[in-house]
Amino acid sequence: MLEIKDLKAKTGDTEILKGLSLSVKAGEVHAIMGPNGSGKSTLAQVVAGRDDYEVTGGSVTLNGTDLLDLEPEERSREGVFLGFQYPVEIPGVNNAYLLKAAVNARRAHAGEEEIDAYEFLKLAREKMALLDMDPKFLNRGVNEGFSGGEKKRNEILQMAMLEPKLAILDETDSGLDIDALKAVAEGVNALRSPDRAIVLVTHYQRLLDYVEPDHVHVLSEGRIVRSGDKTLAHELEARGYEWVREAVNA
Amino acid sequence: MSTESKEIESLVNRRYEHGFVTDIATESLPPGLDEDVIRAISARKNEPEFMLEWRLKAYRQWLEMTEPEWAHVHYPKIDYDAISYYAAPKSDSDRPKSLDEVDPKLLETYDKLGIPLHERARLAGVAVDAVFDSVSVATTFKDKLSEAGVIFCSFSEAVENHPDLVKKYLGTVVPQRDNFFAALNSAVFSDGSFVYIPKGVRCPMELSTYFRINAANTGQFERTLIIADEGSYVSYLEGCTAPMRDENQLHAAVVELVALDNAEIKYSTVQNWYPGDEEGRGGIYNFVTKRGDCRGANSKISWTQVETGSAITWKYPSCILRGDNSVGEFYSVAVANNLQQADTGTKMIHIGRNTRSTIVSKGISAGRAQNAYRGLVRIMPQAEGARNHTQCDSLLIGKECGAHTFPYMEIKHPSAKVEHEATTSKISADQLFYCRQRGISEEDAVNMIVNGFCKEVFNELPMEFAVEAQALLNVSLEGAVG
Ligand SMILES: Nc1ncnc2c1ncn2[C@@H]1O[C@H](COP(=O)(O)OP(=O)(O)O)[C@@H](O)[C@H]1O
Ligand SMILES: [Mg+2]
Repeated sequence: MLEIKDLKAKTGDTEILKGLSLSVKAGEVHAIMGPNGSGKSTLAQVVAGRDDYEVTGGSVTLNGTDLLDLEPEERSREGVFLGFQYPVEIPGVNNAYLLKAAVNARRAHAGEEEIDAYEFLKLAREKMALLDMDPKFLNRGVNEGFSGGEKKRNEILQMAMLEPKLAILDETDSGLDIDALKAVAEGVNALRSPDRAIVLVTHYQRLLDYVEPDHVHVLSEGRIVRSGDKTLAHELEARGYEWVREAVNA
Repeated sequence: MSTESKEIESLVNRRYEHGFVTDIATESLPPGLDEDVIRAISARKNEPEFMLEWRLKAYRQWLEMTEPEWAHVHYPKIDYDAISYYAAPKSDSDRPKSLDEVDPKLLETYDKLGIPLHERARLAGVAVDAVFDSVSVATTFKDKLSEAGVIFCSFSEAVENHPDLVKKYLGTVVPQRDNFFAALNSAVFSDGSFVYIPKGVRCPMELSTYFRINAANTGQFERTLIIADEGSYVSYLEGCTAPMRDENQLHAAVVELVALDNAEIKYSTVQNWYPGDEEGRGGIYNFVTKRGDCRGANSKISWTQVETGSAITWKYPSCILRGDNSVGEFYSVAVANNLQQADTGTKMIHIGRNTRSTIVSKGISAGRAQNAYRGLVRIMPQAEGARNHTQCDSLLIGKECGAHTFPYMEIKHPSAKVEHEATTSKISADQLFYCRQRGISEEDAVNMIVNGFCKEVFNELPMEFAVEAQALLNVSLEGAVG
C-alpha cells in the first residue's frame, strides 16, 4: 500500500531523511521507533505533505499514486491520515464543524453525497463512546484548551471518522496516562482492517503492548537501520537505542 | 521569507472581484469647490432655500477647518480642487419610476455584484433604495411601507416632500462643524437615504440600500438620516462595492440616527469598496462619520459592521446615550489586507442614568495591512450606574501586518463599571497544515478560522446579510491558491 523508496528530505541546509525506504502492505501495522531527533516526525510530515521540508530524492506512493505530486489536502482525500505529535489549537472553530468539513471533503472526493447532520452526529457519538470521550467535545473549539490526553483522543476520533487507508500516528502515546493509552489503543485496534495500513511512530514500547505491530523498524539519523518483528521492540526496550547505534556503527 | 509565510501571503492575495466600470454617461460638475458649486448642486436638486443656506454655512465652516492627522493612517494629501462634487447618471432629469425604466447597464452592474435587485427585493421582502453614484434610481416596496406610515426615500425626495422633518433633525446628531469630513459632506452632499418610522411602528421589513461609487474622479458624499419615533423599531442594512479604478476616491459620508423614547435602531453595514491593488493604488478613502443619538429614555441603537474594503477606512460609528436606560452596541469586523489601512472603532458617550454599552471589535490584518481599533468610552458626571463592556480581538495573517488598539476611557462618575478585554492571535502555518491534512483546502481553512474568529459579530447581522458577509469575508481573504 505505502511504498517509500530511498527518500531524502531536508529543511534549510540540514538533511534529515537520508535515503529511507519502507514498504507497508494493506492490513499491516508497522511501528517506527527511534531516538529523539532521528527523523520520525519528519518522515510522517513529509508523507503528509508539509512544505517545510524539501524532498530531494526518492519516491512515496500510495497504492501506486505518487503522493509527492499532491497537495496535503489531496493526499488526505486519497486516504492519508496523520495523527499529529502536537495537535494545534484552532480557537473559535467548532470541533464538530472541522470534523464534518473533513468528512465531507473526503466524500466529495469520492463522489459521494455530503453526510447529513443526523448521521454525522450519530457516527461521531458512537466513535466518541469508544474512545471514552465526552460528547461535549464536539462543541468546543478545535483542541482549544484540551489537555494533552484529550488532544490525542481527538486525533484518534478524527481518524475513526475519516477511515483512512493509511494512518500514521506520530507519538500518539506520549504524555498519556494509562487509561488514555488504553482508550487510544482501543481506537487504533478498532481500525485495524485488511484494507488499511497503520504506521505507529513511537518512542516507547508501551503502546505496542496494546497494539501489536506486525513489523518494527528502528530509525536513526534519517535511515531505517534495523527492521524486525515485535521482539525487536522488546530488545530495544531492554538494551536502549545506544545498542542500535553501536550496531550500525560497528 | 520562509516558504510558509510566502504561502500564507499568497493566500491572502486576491484580485478584487467586483472590479469593472459601467459606462453610463454622467453629467458631472467640473472639478473644484466654491460657493457657486454649492449653489449649482442645490439648484440641480431644486432644493428649498433653507437647504442651500445650511450647505453654505457648512462650507464656510469647512474652509476654516484642517484635515485631521491623528488617525493611524497615511495617505498623500488630497487635492480638494481636483474633485468633482457632483455626478449623476444621465437619466437624472427623467428619473425612472420603476425597475423597467432603469438603465439595463446599471441592472447588469448590480447583477455582477450578485445583487439582482428585483429578485433580492422580492425574495427577501426587502425594500431597496439603490444609490448609484449620487442619485437614487430605483425604489421598491414603497406601498407596503407607506401603509405602515414608514417614510423611506432618497434624501433629495425627503428634502422635497418632508422638509419639516429634515429641518428638525438634520445636523442634530452630527453638527456641520463636527469634523473636517462631516463639514465637507454637509456642504456638498449629493444624496443618500432618509427614513422615518412613526410612533409605535415596527418597520415591516428590513430596509436596505446598496451604494456604489462609479463616476471616475468623483468624491461621493452620502447623507443618511434615520429617525425612529417613540416606541418604533427599524433594522437598516447598508452595503456597498465599487469598480476597479486608478485614482483614489474620497468618500465622506455622514449617517445620523435618532432614537426617541423606547425606540430601537439596528444599523448593519457590509462595506466592500475597492481597496486598491497590491501596492494600494486606486483604492477608496472611506472617511465616514456615523453617529446615533439615543435621545429618548430606554432607546437602543446598535451598529454592526463588516468592513472589508477601501484603501483607508476612518470610521467610528458612535452612540450618544442621552436617554436614561438607553443602550448602545457596536459589533465590528474589520479586515485589512495588502496595503489597506483601517482605523475604526466606536465612541460610547454615556450621559443618561443606567446607560449601557457593549463593544465587540474583531480586527483581521493580512498582507502588509495596518488595522487599528480606536474606541472611546466616556462616562459623564451625571451618568449614574453606567456600564460598558469592551472586547477587542485581533487576528494576524502573515508576518508583515499589524494590529493596534487604542482604547480611551474617560470616567467621571464613580459608580461606572467599565471592562476592557483584548486579545491578539495568528493564523499559523501549523493551523493551516492541520486543516489541510484533514482534507480541507487552504482557502476553506482560512475561511473557517476567520469565520470562527468573527462568529460573535456575524450573529448580530440579519440572517441573509450574515451569509453575504461571510461570503464577502471569504472573497476578501481569497488567495491565488493552488
Ligand atoms: N522544521 C524544521 N526546521 C529545522 N530543523 C528541523 C525541522 N524539523 C525537524 N528538524 C530537525 O530534524 C531532526 C529530526 O527531527 P524530528 O523529525 O522531529 O525527529 P523525531 O520525531 O524523531 O524526534 C532534528 O534534529 C530536528 O531538530
Ligand atoms: Mg517527533
